[in-house]
Amino acid sequence: MTDDGFIALQGVEKVFEVRKKAGFLKRERRAVRAVDGISFAVARGEMVGYIGPNGAGKSTTIKMLTGILTPSAGRLRVAGIDPSRERRLLAHRIGVVFGQRTTLWWDLPLIDSYRLAHRMYRIPDARYRENLDRLVELLELGDLLDVPVRQLSLGQRMRGDIAAALLHDPEVLYLDEPTIGLDVVSKAKVRGFLRELNAERGTTVLLTTHDLQDIEQLCSRVMVIDHGRLMYDGPLAGLHEAGESERTLVVDLERELPPVEVESARVVRVEGPRQWLAFPAGRSAAPLVARLAAEYPLVDLSVREPDIEAVIAKMYAEKAVS
Amino acid sequence: MGEGGRLREGVRTYLMIAGMWVRSTMAYRASFAMTTFGNFAATFFDFVAIMLMFSRVDMLAGWTLPEVAFLYGLSGTAFGLADLVIGSMERLGRRVRDGTLDTLLVRPAPVLAQVAADQFALRRLGRVTQGALVLGWAVSRLDVDWTLPKLLLMPVAVLSGCGIFCAVFVTGAAFQFLAQDAAEVQNAFTYGGTTLLQYPPSVFAKELVRGVTFVLPLAFVNWLPASWILGRPYPLDLPDWLAFTPPLVAVGCCALAGLAWRAGLRSYRSTGS
Repeated sequence: MTDDGFIALQGVEKVFEVRKKAGFLKRERRAVRAVDGISFAVARGEMVGYIGPNGAGKSTTIKMLTGILTPSAGRLRVAGIDPSRERRLLAHRIGVVFGQRTTLWWDLPLIDSYRLAHRMYRIPDARYRENLDRLVELLELGDLLDVPVRQLSLGQRMRGDIAAALLHDPEVLYLDEPTIGLDVVSKAKVRGFLRELNAERGTTVLLTTHDLQDIEQLCSRVMVIDHGRLMYDGPLAGLHEAGESERTLVVDLERELPPVEVESARVVRVEGPRQWLAFPAGRSAAPLVARLAAEYPLVDLSVREPDIEAVIAKMYAEKAVS
Repeated sequence: MGEGGRLREGVRTYLMIAGMWVRSTMAYRASFAMTTFGNFAATFFDFVAIMLMFSRVDMLAGWTLPEVAFLYGLSGTAFGLADLVIGSMERLGRRVRDGTLDTLLVRPAPVLAQVAADQFALRRLGRVTQGALVLGWAVSRLDVDWTLPKLLLMPVAVLSGCGIFCAVFVTGAAFQFLAQDAAEVQNAFTYGGTTLLQYPPSVFAKELVRGVTFVLPLAFVNWLPASWILGRPYPLDLPDWLAFTPPLVAVGCCALAGLAWRAGLRSYRSTGS
């Protein structure tokens, strides 16, 4: 096994047969291709974002990579293991965090869930204690260990879930929407931890998200999937180019003025003294802000990031034209 | 891993998770005490109904009250034990629907053991206690010449009956991989089955008795062993020695249920439905 194929997929397909009611006792069968021939390789220690609209095939891919689902066709290996055939062997080498489903024990203190993992994964005592101490420190769980999980906030619970997935030192960590519903501070904590985990311990991380900032701050590489196919695989900047996505600069001027005229940005909306300027997502906002501040009576401003759905939608529009 | 290793791993997982559930329940002690009592009371009144019936008649299809209580106690205890051990498997359909089954599939432990221990509830001891009390009362009132084989057959019948009911629970759960709302169908066989067994076989139509002997072998839980112990004629004129076969029937049922479970899980992993 070469290292650049730590996670390797070749022509992986997943076809579901959906039965639909078509009258009394009659069922219509229809084959749905949730994943339609996907190939990619992730090297050990990479941190990759896996994005796409709902129903694009993201979670089906993750379920195949974790051994939950058996692929209909193609070849799939994680750390040299065929996940669906050796599910339990693989379980020792991967960590999984489902953003919307906690694996922690609701009515028990947080530490109890960790003790269960200790026994279930047969983690040697010394290593368990070492990992627990480290995770508790990095994820700031010290005061929470004796608190029943049901009393934790969403952000605290997410950090608790991440620690639970890492106690057995997995080489790969799958995160399904790890920042969904979290406040800004919690998001920053989770992202900071993941960056450190990846840098210090070389853990390979694959994450699905709806939050483009997760990708921006964490992943050097992003894969876009839609309709079961890989639409894009490369750096985030390239995605913005491919999708011609734009960031939006919202400026508040001292008074109502005609649309501002400035190079490399165009006004898309004016509402009283507030104006919306679109500029390419690959560019920095700084020069634009500097020029505006020099030429116009600026009171306040903010930058809005494009969301993934918009980027992907644009990518499609582009494809349809070309 | 051999079958022995698999079994050990399964039991280990089961005990770990059941233990976690017991501690979870203990977080709400008052609620635990009340539901345990409720469980006991509900089944207790179940038997009171039979006693009331006997206040009007002396015999039910030729069986006296202690004899019917003996049937009731055997099946009630066997079912109560099975319900205690894996009764929560009927929740599998819900886990499939809401996707939480996936969180069990990424752990390095057998899924069947994890699902069987899911929501393990000690309050179900209420039903076992009630069944055992009725059984004890019946034994004290029965006019039976107790020999060693007769005494031994009782615990064997209870444990085998537990095995047969467990097999029904597992098969029902395996079916829920295909039809997630099948819990009610399963209940018809488990709760319905145990209610059926509370009455002597002579009450029922021959076709039904045949069904629960040869198709779904519930007759081996209590009808056959009890008929032998009480010296009653067998349902369907079956041979005498069948009273000693419940352990074999239980092992056979569990093996079939294991196959059904495997097929169900395989189907889930290939369809994800």
